[in-house]
Amino acid sequence: MDFGFCLSPSSHVQMDKIDLATFNRLKETNPDINTCIACGSCTATCTAGNFTEMSFRRILLMLQRGKEDEAKKMIQRCMLCGKCTLVCPRGINIRKILLDITR
Amino acid sequence: MKENILIIGGGAAGMEAATQLKKLGLTPIIIEKSDALGGHIAQWDRLFPAFHPAKDVVAPMLESVKGIDVLLNTEVNDIQCDADGFKAVLTNGKTIDAKAVVLATGFDLFKAERKQEYGYGIYNNVITSLELEKFFRTGKDERINNPKKIGFVHCVGARDVKVGNTYCSKVCCTTALKQACEMKEVFPNAEVYTFYMDLRMFGPGYEDLYLKTQRDFDVKCIRGRVCEVSENMDGRLVIKAEDTLFGKPLKMTLDLLVLMCSMEKNKSIDKIQQQLGVANNSDGFMQNRDMYLGMNGTAKDGVFVAGTCTAPKSLPDTIAEARSVAVEVFNYINNK
Repeated sequence: MDFGFCLSPSSHVQMDKIDLATFNRLKETNPDINTCIACGSCTATCTAGNFTEMSFRRILLMLQRGKEDEAKKMIQRCMLCGKCTLVCPRGINIRKILLDITR
Repeated sequence: MKENILIIGGGAAGMEAATQLKKLGLTPIIIEKSDALGGHIAQWDRLFPAFHPAKDVVAPMLESVKGIDVLLNTEVNDIQCDADGFKAVLTNGKTIDAKAVVLATGFDLFKAERKQEYGYGIYNNVITSLELEKFFRTGKDERINNPKKIGFVHCVGARDVKVGNTYCSKVCCTTALKQACEMKEVFPNAEVYTFYMDLRMFGPGYEDLYLKTQRDFDVKCIRGRVCEVSENMDGRLVIKAEDTLFGKPLKMTLDLLVLMCSMEKNKSIDKIQQQLGVANNSDGFMQNRDMYLGMNGTAKDGVFVAGTCTAPKSLPDTIAEARSVAVEVFNYINNK
């Protein structure tokens, strides 16, 4: 019988349960992936980000919080123009990392 | 003529001020309430940003105060001022006449149990930054048992109106990253997280330490303040924070949580400070004359301040102030 009640899933990121395989694989070939300081330059300059939700800063976070599917979906917006790599103050090779994620 | 300068506090500021005053031809006398010189820094293992052994800084300071009068296990009971200077009655019953007083009384570490939600003193695996430093120094702490997941909480007792401390304690950010790296050195397979609000890397080499922490030591910095700690059935810690960059609350199980305790004004000197007519500033530290050209002066002629009694400071800041207070005192004595 349906009483109209249901369980809401927790909105918490459960850090104990996330799978970091993709992020750790990327880290091996791109050690700079750890050095993001979340300044947002990549997102602000992103050509695709002007019209979509595309944000490299968020993609990195998604991979570290177990949201790989969302990250891969977001990457499809990227046009590989490389402006993000140009502006990154930490010198992260963002364009290469984006390509590596989809590989 | 013998010009006694009474220095209250035998930590970094007091020792360095005494050394410089002696070089300038005055007669410093250090009053230290504990049974040894060195203050807080003597309890530290290594210093940020370059993992320099603290004893390499403390040892030369101790060496250079040799020959200076030092009274250990002694406090000032009463102090009076007249036209000739100051008359201090000590806890050992002796009286000292001095031409000037340097308050180098330093700080107290924030008592972590006051932030009850972090569970210090309740859960076994919650420790303070000072206790971790002792572990690095001695290799011993039965609570640190090959931890697999370690968390650091920044701003414990700082930037927090609930404990009455709205100020930033300045050195804890850099200390947290230093200690996080050191934990990775001791436990290479552990995952280390720091929970920060801003990372305030204000000095030379500090930003390099941050980069090293991320890139070489693989420490994960999460922006968000831990708000709740509890213990699960296995005796491990479950923490809650918001990942404010990701915009979602987050839960994590840890084996060890380190609380980066802030500096608070050392209140054991309050009575003497009042007798001398030195007020506190809005952060509860001692009020200096002004923060630019009068940083070593106070509202009272002949009473000077140096080090963390006026605000949280790093060791280089403290040493610089101790040296400048010596010049201030020298000028004061010579222009009298």
